[in-house]
Amino acid sequence: MKSNTWTIIKKEFARFFGDRQLLFTTVILPGLLIYIVYSLMGSGIQSMISEGADEVVTMRVENMPESLAPVLNSIDSNLVVVEQPFTDEDIALLEDKELNAVLLRFPAGFDSLFAAPADPTALPNVEIYYNSTNNASSRVYMIVSSMLGNYGRPFTVNVPQNEEQRFDQATDDSIGAMIWSKLLPMLIIMMLFSGVMAIAPSSIAGEKERGTIATLLVTPMRRNELALGKIVSLSGIALLSGISSFIGIALSLPKMISMDSGTGAPDLGFHYTTNDYLVLLLVIFASVLIMASAVSLLSALAKDVKNAGTMVTPFMLVVMLCGLLPMFQDGASTNLVVYLIPFYNSIEVMTAVFAHEMTWTPVIITIVSDVVYTAIAVWGLTRMFNSEKVMFSK
Amino acid sequence: MDEILKVNGLSKTFTLSRKQQKIEQGEAGVASGKRIKVAVDNLTFDAYRGEIFGLLGPNGAGKTTTLRMLSTLIKPDSGDAVLDGCSIVGDPEGVRSKIGFLTSELKLEDFFTPNYLFDFFSQLHHVDPVTTAQRKARMFERFGIDKFAEVKVANLSTGMKQKLSLVISLVHEPEVIIFDEPTNGLDVLTARTVTDYLQELKGEGKTIILSTHIFSLVERLCDRVGIIIDGRMTNCGTLDEVCNGMTLEDRFFEIYKEQKGGDE
Repeated sequence: MKSNTWTIIKKEFARFFGDRQLLFTTVILPGLLIYIVYSLMGSGIQSMISEGADEVVTMRVENMPESLAPVLNSIDSNLVVVEQPFTDEDIALLEDKELNAVLLRFPAGFDSLFAAPADPTALPNVEIYYNSTNNASSRVYMIVSSMLGNYGRPFTVNVPQNEEQRFDQATDDSIGAMIWSKLLPMLIIMMLFSGVMAIAPSSIAGEKERGTIATLLVTPMRRNELALGKIVSLSGIALLSGISSFIGIALSLPKMISMDSGTGAPDLGFHYTTNDYLVLLLVIFASVLIMASAVSLLSALAKDVKNAGTMVTPFMLVVMLCGLLPMFQDGASTNLVVYLIPFYNSIEVMTAVFAHEMTWTPVIITIVSDVVYTAIAVWGLTRMFNSEKVMFSK
Repeated sequence: MDEILKVNGLSKTFTLSRKQQKIEQGEAGVASGKRIKVAVDNLTFDAYRGEIFGLLGPNGAGKTTTLRMLSTLIKPDSGDAVLDGCSIVGDPEGVRSKIGFLTSELKLEDFFTPNYLFDFFSQLHHVDPVTTAQRKARMFERFGIDKFAEVKVANLSTGMKQKLSLVISLVHEPEVIIFDEPTNGLDVLTARTVTDYLQELKGEGKTIILSTHIFSLVERLCDRVGIIIDGRMTNCGTLDEVCNGMTLEDRFFEIYKEQKGGDE
């Protein structure tokens, strides 16, 4: 009995350690990926925190207290402190991000208010106007509010004096756009990829494993027709799966994060135009084509479905990592070269669409480059279908 | 006689794994260090329209590799074969449109029904729908598939699957039919159905190239035979020419001993 168990253990180990690819993806790759992903996430977070630090921000201070002037003036070399009153029109400029600034208003005679013992029912209130969707403005707001919190004298910060008074000039729509642009690209890409993963490995590696691909290869059909047929059909099915997931996300996310309108909380629903939806659909289709192409190539290289799954896993992690990147960015990239990078380009375009920052040049570069990459993949798959080593090696 | 297949100097080698290399060296008794296994070595033969040509040889002689090259599944390292005017090297699609290839290596999708698969492969061969329907009715009835036309392949018996594979390989009524070990793994009834059908096809003027290691099959079916040993064609001709007054089995072993130097 024991010797049989040992024989089985030896056989399982021989199977595992004899398969270098399986060994790599099971033992070496997880640690390697965690190291890479966490390092990237760390530097991403670091760059997000320091983002805007180089930008010169103006802080306009009304009724600057003498006691605070030296501290406020020495916060940061990139912070220009101007002692100047401001109006509601200036505050409105913050909303449109036309003013890269923070507006700070102290009550008149702030220092003298603390000469008499504080009345807890009428504490002086300091107003800080900023825009949380503008990284630089948001950063200075956090520094100043934290500094005031440590001032050591009793006063309040940003207590609204009436219902209409807002200190954060970010609109509900712009907050919604920011949230969608950081969350949805990743979710969409993951859903699309899971759709591709569900069908592509069995479609090519499965056909190799079952011996049905050879039956197709002895028909007069050209190998490129077979390659194109596989990629387009897989893309179509994955697209349906992705659209279904997308509708589910779009309908459920506002409820999930309790920001549905009618609850008194800000309305963060979709406020997107037909144009936005059209671009989104085009980019989703381009992404699916690229995913189906890449997974098809790996699936064709794989010996069987299990092997295909092993080969696709690292690739899936890379795609997921690309999906995480918008979380650490302030909107989509303006560098057009980025839109030549497959997968990442789709994520960037989706980020731009959701952040209401979409322009046509990146969209066109993304779609054209994805179509070119798909054509290259069809060529590659055709070569694989022609290669007896790839098709018939066991 | 009308020559329909001309095979000229066909060769094919495979690269051995390190472990296989050691085994081969051990068998040869020398440490040659060769990583190449010659599967087919300069093979030349012809086949004529309306005949059954058999490739006879032991396992590993190169029969299946030859047929896979003729069906364009794999490419020769050198040499060529011209099949009804189409080169296997220069016009593989043309070759595939003229042949029906059947081997246990080729499987049908379990998920689909015979009805669907017949239509699907007919479309790939550009057979028009009317002709497809006529052929399907005739072939399904001939092989008793009509009763199972809407049963998924997964649920068919092994014999029925074999018959269906045969029918599917002939949806386009090819001029040349290539069969690798046509009766291997078949029960006696199905094997008989297949061999009878091969003779019917011959009667219709079709050319059949088959590989086998079964002497009786060659004696019963083949007009001409080529004996392959270690990838080389040692003898080729009509049964009478090859047998030289002996039985095919005796003659084969005589040739085999000559080739192997009498040490087998």
